Amino acid sequence: MSNEKVKKALDVIGVPRLIVFLFFIGIVITAAVNGIDVPSFFSSTLKYWGMWGILVLAMIPSIKCGIGPNFGVSLGIVCGLFGTLLSMELGIVPKIDASMPGLGPWVGFFFAILVSVAVAWLVGVAYGKMLNTVKGSEMTVTTYIGYSIIFLMCIFWFRAPFSSGEIVWPLSGVGVRNSVAMENSFGYLLNDFLGFSIGPVYIPTGIILFVLLVCLFVSLYFRSKTGIAITAAGSNPTFARASGIDVDKMRVKGIAFSTILGAIGIIVYTQGFGYLQAYAAPLNMGFICVASVLIGGATTTKATISHVIIGTFLYQGLVIFTPPVSNHLLAGTDISDTMRQIIQNGVILYALAQAKGGSD
Amino acid sequence: MNNGVSQKKDFTAAMRQFVFDNKVFFIFIPLSILCILISGANVSYIVGEVASRFGRNTCLVLALIIPCMAGLGMNFGIVVGAIAAQISIFWVVHWGFTGITGMLLCVLMSTPMAIFFGWLLGKLFNKTKGAEMIAGLVLGFFAGGLYRLFTLYILGGVIPFDDPNLLPRGFGLRNAYDLTGNLKYSVDDISFLTTAVVLGLAAIVALLCSALYDKKKGKAVNGKALTMQLVLSALVTGFGLIGKSVPALNQLYGQKRLILADAVVLAAAALLAYALWIFAGKRPAKGSKEMVTVIRFAVAGVVLFASNMVPAINKLYRSVRVPAMTYALIALFALFNNWIVNTRLGQNMRTVGQNRAVATSAGIDVNKTRIIATCISTVLAAWGQLIFLQNLGTFNTVQQQDNVGLYAVAALLVGGASVQKANNKQAITGVLLFHTLFVVAPLAATQLVGDSAISEYIRMFFSYGVIAVSLSMHAWKSSGGKRDTGADGLTASMLATQSPAASDSPLSE
Repeated sequence: MSNEKVKKALDVIGVPRLIVFLFFIGIVITAAVNGIDVPSFFSSTLKYWGMWGILVLAMIPSIKCGIGPNFGVSLGIVCGLFGTLLSMELGIVPKIDASMPGLGPWVGFFFAILVSVAVAWLVGVAYGKMLNTVKGSEMTVTTYIGYSIIFLMCIFWFRAPFSSGEIVWPLSGVGVRNSVAMENSFGYLLNDFLGFSIGPVYIPTGIILFVLLVCLFVSLYFRSKTGIAITAAGSNPTFARASGIDVDKMRVKGIAFSTILGAIGIIVYTQGFGYLQAYAAPLNMGFICVASVLIGGATTTKATISHVIIGTFLYQGLVIFTPPVSNHLLAGTDISDTMRQIIQNGVILYALAQAKGGSD
Repeated sequence: MNNGVSQKKDFTAAMRQFVFDNKVFFIFIPLSILCILISGANVSYIVGEVASRFGRNTCLVLALIIPCMAGLGMNFGIVVGAIAAQISIFWVVHWGFTGITGMLLCVLMSTPMAIFFGWLLGKLFNKTKGAEMIAGLVLGFFAGGLYRLFTLYILGGVIPFDDPNLLPRGFGLRNAYDLTGNLKYSVDDISFLTTAVVLGLAAIVALLCSALYDKKKGKAVNGKALTMQLVLSALVTGFGLIGKSVPALNQLYGQKRLILADAVVLAAAALLAYALWIFAGKRPAKGSKEMVTVIRFAVAGVVLFASNMVPAINKLYRSVRVPAMTYALIALFALFNNWIVNTRLGQNMRTVGQNRAVATSAGIDVNKTRIIATCISTVLAAWGQLIFLQNLGTFNTVQQQDNVGLYAVAALLVGGASVQKANNKQAITGVLLFHTLFVVAPLAATQLVGDSAISEYIRMFFSYGVIAVSLSMHAWKSSGGKRDTGADGLTASMLATQSPAASDSPLSE
């Protein structure tokens, strides 16, 4: 009897989620016991939560519209990088700053968002139309499209016709360098905005507010008529079609929305990181996003915004708290990246196995 | 009007099908030629490079054929086989075994490990029916993480493993390990004559065993055919033994590597002999299927001979050396794949791959068959990785396995295979084309852009892009085309209940 109850509870929470949660708590307690500076690591967890929030949020529309977790969020990511680079190339921040001091970074930031949203929308619609032709194997196809677009863009970045001294390779004068410093554009803009400290914990208000705002927007969007139609098309396509919803169109909308969120997400990530890293740096971001939302409690067919918020926090918390703890306990070794690899892919595997659990 | 539209649709569908079926000739061969022309590289360099890459990679690609037949799609999970091979190498190197003894010990050690890993992988595939490819891919990463945990922390940290050479810090393997002096070239360096002796003896033993087995089972044994086959095997063995004692032959065929020109002559002779064998043995009628085979083989043999006579080509052939044993093993892998198709197990796999519902109603244990297919694939992958590493000679202890699945699958797809259908011929064409492109595309890019740093991006884009395009073309075809082919075993996503395309199918309850 009680055994059944436990089993039921486990089914609801999910074994890997429970393990990850307990592991996280264990790590934090170990850190505290061993005199590791928990508050400062907690601050960085908050910061990284903000940086990844919107990228992980990009999984919501694609799961809701029935495509499943968008492993190909890299498509949105390269759009976002392009927007950011264009904003830097045009020198919007210093130009606006010259006439209206203090406003420059904001204009540059929103210009980058505007440009990349426009590009991402176009790309996303094309991507969605393509995914409508491969119904049934979206996850495999999105994964490989995500990977190949990153390397295609690597070739582009390498010889892109940029001219701003901040962006180009110092020697050849073209392309995008490995990491582009963003001090003179809008680096750390959101992190520093209205930030304050409670004791040793720094609260990056700006980034948290921005992420929550976007979350609110997404949640409102899915309450609108279009949003409800997208959800309906995803959860029961036959029924949706019967009630006059164009399922294919809704899928395109969903994936385009996901791509747009990916683009905004990488801009927020980049400003928080302070450096723009093009090339292969975003290669595995898709997997991290998928794992985060799954850790938060989503499945491949159902996801809510709370899953994003919890999942991103747990995932980033793990990534940030494991290195100091393992360093402390195992005398100078960093086991964290290995742990991350195991947990991240283990969670995805579990979700995959759950989705079709032994069916035939 | 409606009719006109559907006709047009049919026509475009047929065109698409045609291009898809012959994508090798429409895309990859022209691309290779274009790249060769642009790169302006030395042809003998390209041929040598491709010949060595062919020996290194083909076994891994051949490991993908059987799971494909069983309806598992492209098995990205062969990474676990590679991991089994690498783990066995650590111990064998640690114990100080070298050369072919070490290699055989590696095979002995890695096989049970690979069977175990394959069994786990098969279990996973049975839980993720319809999403095997993505599951295999993620499992590869997951297993990579566990392997990293094992090599970097457990080995030496938890399991005592005292080897300052491998573990300079006392725990955690060193990043790169050089196999020179122990396992490097242990298979490649076996001379052609030794290969002939070993294979001839192995064939004799295998033939006798199978005849005894058939007799025990009460099956009729074809005495004449058996004698002929035995004589042939004995001839091969004898050739090897005699060659070793005759200095002239030993000079020619007893070297560590076979000169390609000699290999071509031998291959041409073998082809002609085979054609003659069929012709003399079966006396096929004019225009019969066998006659076509005879003519094909004879023409191929003559062309090979003739090509060796052309001075320019002969010079090219003379500049390239090939490892005899490795190539023989590739042939054995391919023969194994062919052989298994005709066994009862192979037939079951095909049925399972075509339609699981039909297989179940025919009394086939679908899950078990799929697990066996995965196990075989994993074992072949482990052996393939051993062959790969002994040729490469140095390996990145922690990350070597990461791209095994990627390159193998990309090569197979370049060869014209699809997610549902793959055979040996496609694997071999694929490896040749893919690695030609792999060698020349960066050179061509360097010529065009004037910078070599870009080549790695081009290689990676090419590998991933090939898979992305092939998978989407396949999925496109199977979701646009007929629905009752049982293709959903491969293509139905885990979202079967969500996706309208899949939910129409009878197979995805």
